[in-house]
Amino acid sequence: MPSYAYPTYAYRPSPDQVRTTPARHRVAIVGAGPVGLAAAIDLAAQGVACVLLDEDNTVSTGSRAICHAKRTLEILDRLGCAAPMMAKGITWQSGKVFFRDGQVFAFDLLPEGGHRFPAFINLQQYYFEQFLVEHAATLPAIDLRWKNRLVRVDVKADCVRLGIETPDGTYDIDADWVIAADGARSATRRLMGLDFRGKVFEDRFLIADVKMKAEFPTERWFWFEPPFHTGGSALLHRQADDIWRIDLQLGWNADPEEERKPERVIPRLKAMLGPNARFDLDWVSVYTFQCRRLDRFRHGRVIFAGDAAHQVSPFGARGGNSGIQDADNLVWKLALVLKGLAPERLLDSYDAERLVAADENIQYTTRSTDFITPKGTVSRTFRDAVLGLARTHVFARRLVNSGRLSTATILADSPLSTADIDAFDGQLRPGAPALDAPVLRDSREGWLLDSVRGGFSGLYFAEAGVDPTVAMGLAALKQAPIPVATTAVVPAGQSAADGLAVVVDAEGQAGRRYDGAPGTFYLMRPDQHVAARWRKFDRARVDAALARATGH
Amino acid sequence: MPSKLRTESGFERPDDFYDVLIEAHRGLTEVQSAMVNAKLILLLANHIGDLDVIREALAAAKAGV
Repeated sequence: MPSYAYPTYAYRPSPDQVRTTPARHRVAIVGAGPVGLAAAIDLAAQGVACVLLDEDNTVSTGSRAICHAKRTLEILDRLGCAAPMMAKGITWQSGKVFFRDGQVFAFDLLPEGGHRFPAFINLQQYYFEQFLVEHAATLPAIDLRWKNRLVRVDVKADCVRLGIETPDGTYDIDADWVIAADGARSATRRLMGLDFRGKVFEDRFLIADVKMKAEFPTERWFWFEPPFHTGGSALLHRQADDIWRIDLQLGWNADPEEERKPERVIPRLKAMLGPNARFDLDWVSVYTFQCRRLDRFRHGRVIFAGDAAHQVSPFGARGGNSGIQDADNLVWKLALVLKGLAPERLLDSYDAERLVAADENIQYTTRSTDFITPKGTVSRTFRDAVLGLARTHVFARRLVNSGRLSTATILADSPLSTADIDAFDGQLRPGAPALDAPVLRDSREGWLLDSVRGGFSGLYFAEAGVDPTVAMGLAALKQAPIPVATTAVVPAGQSAADGLAVVVDAEGQAGRRYDGAPGTFYLMRPDQHVAARWRKFDRARVDAALARATGH
Repeated sequence: MPSKLRTESGFERPDDFYDVLIEAHRGLTEVQSAMVNAKLILLLANHIGDLDVIREALAAAKAGV
């Protein structure tokens, strides 16, 4: 029996249901899962109202996506939703890999300090959705309609007409734009007859969530061919509420109906956890998986995001995390188009950027799957040879692939980025997501990313004060039709010019991570990716980069 | 593209190398031999470290197979 008390959200009839002509909305979002909720909250933050439709009246059944990456937490923080996730979630950054009866190696995903968020938290998807629903409920711009199931999509010249089924019968609405975030079995995709092509993996996995008090550390443990589960792989990972995720590879011939029965599951778990382990089964599922995507994510006024647009294998936590990045990428663009500040073709850059990200995620997870479940004798021999060598040889550890865990996609060839004309060192580059760093703001400890939000933003690295001409130029940027709010980053003991927001780079981390020699200016997108950067502030160059970054 | 894979004779005493290779497999089952070969390929490929060379070697190895 599940330990989580599933909330029931009330169906409330909308005035739209009794109109004689369909109500017109600017944005309709199909699916109140993680991606649809994040998109709705982000739209509201940018002053755009939306209707959010969900066919159910509760959150995700089962824990499903549990690993939420640092980039997701940074996006949630921008949306004002990170705090409850951090409070409830289990923070982790290290793990171990085992082969047969011994440990092969241990890893640490975030070896350096000075980041606000950890590499990962584990939190059951039902909590993740619940916290987003609770936040959405505080935002009047979000009209969240439970028990509203999409049954028809009619794409017209200037809008999309959606047919919606409710407990009170069906009704229509018109939307200027539709975000389809309705998951792997997307009704929007099916109703529009769109192909969803890719690779099916012939293997079955058992997920068992168990409730137990256990002494295992808060680490990701992955076994190849452990003695307790002959021939397969196994995963153990802690979630909130003393729930542990156990994942066991069953093989293609396993009978999914039989394997989810407690009398089959419990002996498997006892073999793993020991005969005396005390645990309760919380949730069991047997799944197969596929790697596939739509040919393109924008279909005119209907834009697909998350699993509705692309599906990956679960190794690497790239499903949920990439969906949140989709919403992060899409919403500011849609808001600018709706406000008449950017041409519609800006939305094509969502396709360009997130297709690349989807292909990257599909490639990573396909390779992980091929390593975890080798097909054929030779690939198994090589896999086992890698694992055998990895105990003693460092090079082989880097070949071991139990899932390449999600990191933010660098939008390397984005049409919105302006290429460097100056030389920079370090990890950042145009298209990369911002790096966080500890700073002092009004003498209080804070984080650099708090200055990179609320629209386009600038970071100006200064040494002793800011040249008055530059300061005027930076201030003027804030008055432009698409405003850019700049923060000066100064070393300890310095102050900035009047009228400029300022943070003190007390530990020098920001300067190092941005290669921020004095005079350096970064133009950041609303989704915190680098649009452009220079060694010297030049208004004309900034204007050109801003035009490029907004599809002009 | 000029070839990066050296295929002229590289051994000072070719017979010694061949003997070392065959001796290494003496007494092993087919499964054990396959594992030794796989590990050997991984160790040598990492030592070479140049994917162009490895691609060329793989193509040469597959020719006529």
